[in-house]
Amino acid sequence: MKRFEYIRALEPQQAVMFATPKEASFIAGGTNLLDLMKFEIETPTKLVDVTRLELEQIEDTADGGLRIGTLVSNSDLAAHPSVIANYPVLSRAILAGATGQLRNKATTGGNFLQRTRCYYFYHTDSPCNKREPGTGCPAINGENRPLAILGTSDACIAQHPSDMAVAMRLLDATIETAKTDGSTRQIPIKDFYCLPKDTPHIENVLESGELITHVVLPAPIKGIHTYDKVRDRASYAFALVSCAAVIDADDNGNLTTVRLAFGGIGTQPWRNEDVEDLLTDTQGDDDTIKQAADLLLKDAKGSGQNDFKIPLTRRLLKQVIKRALAGEGA
Amino acid sequence: MNTLTLNINNQDYSFDDLDPRTTILDLCRQHLQITGPKKGCDHGQCGACTILINGERINSCLTLAVMHDGDEITTIEGIGMPESLSALQQAFKDHDAFQCGYCTPGQICSATALIEEVKQNWPSYVTTDLKNPNGLLVQEIAERMSGNICRCSAYPNIVDAISQVLESEVSNKRASSSEETTTGSLQDSAVTGIWSPPPSQSQLGNQSVNHNKAASSTAGGRS
Repeated sequence: MKRFEYIRALEPQQAVMFATPKEASFIAGGTNLLDLMKFEIETPTKLVDVTRLELEQIEDTADGGLRIGTLVSNSDLAAHPSVIANYPVLSRAILAGATGQLRNKATTGGNFLQRTRCYYFYHTDSPCNKREPGTGCPAINGENRPLAILGTSDACIAQHPSDMAVAMRLLDATIETAKTDGSTRQIPIKDFYCLPKDTPHIENVLESGELITHVVLPAPIKGIHTYDKVRDRASYAFALVSCAAVIDADDNGNLTTVRLAFGGIGTQPWRNEDVEDLLTDTQGDDDTIKQAADLLLKDAKGSGQNDFKIPLTRRLLKQVIKRALAGEGA
Repeated sequence: MNTLTLNINNQDYSFDDLDPRTTILDLCRQHLQITGPKKGCDHGQCGACTILINGERINSCLTLAVMHDGDEITTIEGIGMPESLSALQQAFKDHDAFQCGYCTPGQICSATALIEEVKQNWPSYVTTDLKNPNGLLVQEIAERMSGNICRCSAYPNIVDAISQVLESEVSNKRASSSEETTTGSLQDSAVTGIWSPPPSQSQLGNQSVNHNKAASSTAGGRS
């Protein structure tokens, strides 16, 4: 691990002031950052410890939602009575990721910022456009079984690894930040992540020194909340394909609410509202589900080893819709 | 001069100008000769370094000591010594829940915290009803222990050892508490949550009579 200067911040504005120069990094749970620092993939010259900030509360908002402090641990968020009662898709997604030990340390804000687990990104002997821009992407013709099929570019096909962020995308979370100039801003999650294009090293819209302080959830969505995760072992593995869903139907079997977001297949947590619109107000028959899957996967591009994700996503989508229509969980 | 203060296994330590790169794992093993926490992968993948910080289980290899000024740290040495084994340590012995023993300190620290998490009604990925988790089920124990790898594959016996202590601790808790501990504080909601089926008994490869009984008691509880 490279040497760095360590400094502890006691309030958000102090933290963003400390977070200069550009090579500085915030640290909270550190479960991904320290891993990357040991490999010297991340080499911050300064670490600003934000764990002493008073950002560990979960509060009700005036419009019936929740405001979550960035330092709330993944364990505490998943087990919070309001999340279990009103946003179970979020609890289930968080619990699908990592381990008890990691969820105790990992924070809400940090989870959004974890880096891809693409083998080539982690293998410092290898070229990687995300780690060293311009060096190339061996994954496209290489070991790409876990990697993305949607949102990819000729420069990068790395998948976004988070489960939590998939549920946050479905729930239309808003990310609140503090900036170095003293201002704050609210970023809807749909605008938070960047597609790789020809700049895969830029993964989100945060500016240098900008700190996530809170995550705000709008009022709950009525329906059956599920999170399905297909992976190579039963626990502690990243998703090959995952699907967060909130689905509701009326007494005649018409789908009244359909929200879907996917993990494992995209370069960012993947949601396509046109797919939801196509399914809404239908009976979720086989033809409609096929059309929805066609639309979802219209631009999907396999790279060889990960071609299987295309049919697997189709099957998972069908399973999620049919199971909800059967009323399971209601 | 920067001074770091830590309480490790009920003893206070202070360190002057510690290199901030030092993990709690390296601090324990190399600075203090507290060698219970083991270095397996050094990347949070194996769980051999699991310790408790303020009672919560974490991977000490992914934890910078300087970030824990003032915190209480418990390693396996603080859980019990040969002359004063904890109930879990005794159960691991009784159930032959290890072969080489390298992962065992991490397994026991992890399981010690797991019992508290079950008592607090934390759900897991395989929980059917998030509001009423049954942490005693074998698939719940397996899921909750997935951060601790055992290369000797002593998993069936590890689950047996934890199961025994968990059942006695949770029944003690129920006996000593007149309140229903599960649904009371949760409001009714139009939102429901389910998950696809947990791993089968055959996938888990662990079929003692007690476990089958526990698993069958919730069969059909999904919908």
